[in-house]
Amino acid sequence: MPSLDDLRKRITSVKSTQKITKAMKMVAAAKLRKAQENAEKGRPYSEKMNNVILNLSKSITDKENAPKLLVGTGEEKVHLCIVLTADRGLCGGFNTNIIKKAKSYFEKIISENKTLKIITVGSKGYDQLKRQYKSYIVENISFKESKNINYFDADKVGKIIIEKFEKNEFDVCAIFYNKFKNVITQIPQEQQIVPLNEDKDDNDDSGNDNDYEFEPDEDEILSNLLPKNISTQIFKAMLENSASEQGSRMTAMDNATRNAGELVDRLTIEYNRSRQAAITKELIEIISGAESL
Amino acid sequence: MSNLFNIDIVNPEQSFLSKDNVFEVVIPAVEGEIGILKDHIPIISFLKPGIIRVFSESEEQNFYVEDGIVEFKDNTLSVLTSSIFDLKDADKNFVSESISSAEAELSKDNIDDQKRFLLNHKVEVLKSISIN
Repeated sequence: MPSLDDLRKRITSVKSTQKITKAMKMVAAAKLRKAQENAEKGRPYSEKMNNVILNLSKSITDKENAPKLLVGTGEEKVHLCIVLTADRGLCGGFNTNIIKKAKSYFEKIISENKTLKIITVGSKGYDQLKRQYKSYIVENISFKESKNINYFDADKVGKIIIEKFEKNEFDVCAIFYNKFKNVITQIPQEQQIVPLNEDKDDNDDSGNDNDYEFEPDEDEILSNLLPKNISTQIFKAMLENSASEQGSRMTAMDNATRNAGELVDRLTIEYNRSRQAAITKELIEIISGAESL
Repeated sequence: MSNLFNIDIVNPEQSFLSKDNVFEVVIPAVEGEIGILKDHIPIISFLKPGIIRVFSESEEQNFYVEDGIVEFKDNTLSVLTSSIFDLKDADKNFVSESISSAEAELSKDNIDDQKRFLLNHKVEVLKSISIN
């Protein structure tokens, strides 16, 4: 049975924790709004980019000589995985969910006897993966210093990927990130960016759309466009990720605040009871002492 | 009949410009400037450093772009670019910085002809901006 003093101390400590989580929740809520806005603003760019590439790839007839970034190297032995996570913790299952998704993919690759290479973006991902997959991690990038997500950072990652592709260091590239659905739900995503997966659903409206004029020819445009598309996809993933991170942190901190509240209530009841018990005990002692006289 | 069409300029961070009352746009495509009017045939091309001129009924706007992709379809011109600014609020320091970084790049030996051409062009355009 803890003493009254112990209980009092615990109550104060839980209360101050509650204050911290509450503050973190508010900060996350404010950041979430901004991140969500950014994610929405960034959407038109990647959508248009996708459209253009779709139109272009439809009009390419000579599939054999098409840029390798689009059709792949013809093999799929070496897989490069880009795992995008946050730089900070305390955001519920956000990082763990991405890692879980990525790990199941890694296991599949390894069991099929293919070569696995990992690039982690964000320090939390690196921390969680280095124990198990240290030998596979080829690069570890973190944008801790940059306050906001900007295209410049995404472009850096994109350039690394292109460089590695040109050196034939991998055949297939996939990125892992959390897609922001709403504040409570973030869905871990696995998206293949090299070779580009063509959307099968969009085949309906083809046919007479192929009458584009190209200047210069399709191949040149595609080889100029595809590296940009990689950066764009990474950027999109980073935007979605940051919105998800804040959303996830907000829910996690909201839960923590509520739990702390419950704990304070329970401790307060216990404190009051034991104080009352002590008082009653003293009264009984006095009364029995008086009676015995 | 109106001879107006739409233009959308987007960069990765946001939608930069969206208008529905332009009658001519001149874009610095990689093989030369293209003027686009209403009912141009669908075209996809990409840009070299240069100036996009947007003529609408009431005004003329000029933007500097470094690279990008343009698509014209169904009387909508979409410009995707990662580096764009309005000439009206061009930052003198930024322009001169870009010039010097491009020149530094030019002085390296290991660049190929196409890159050299693009860089030379970029310096030229930026210099013409800084004079005005």
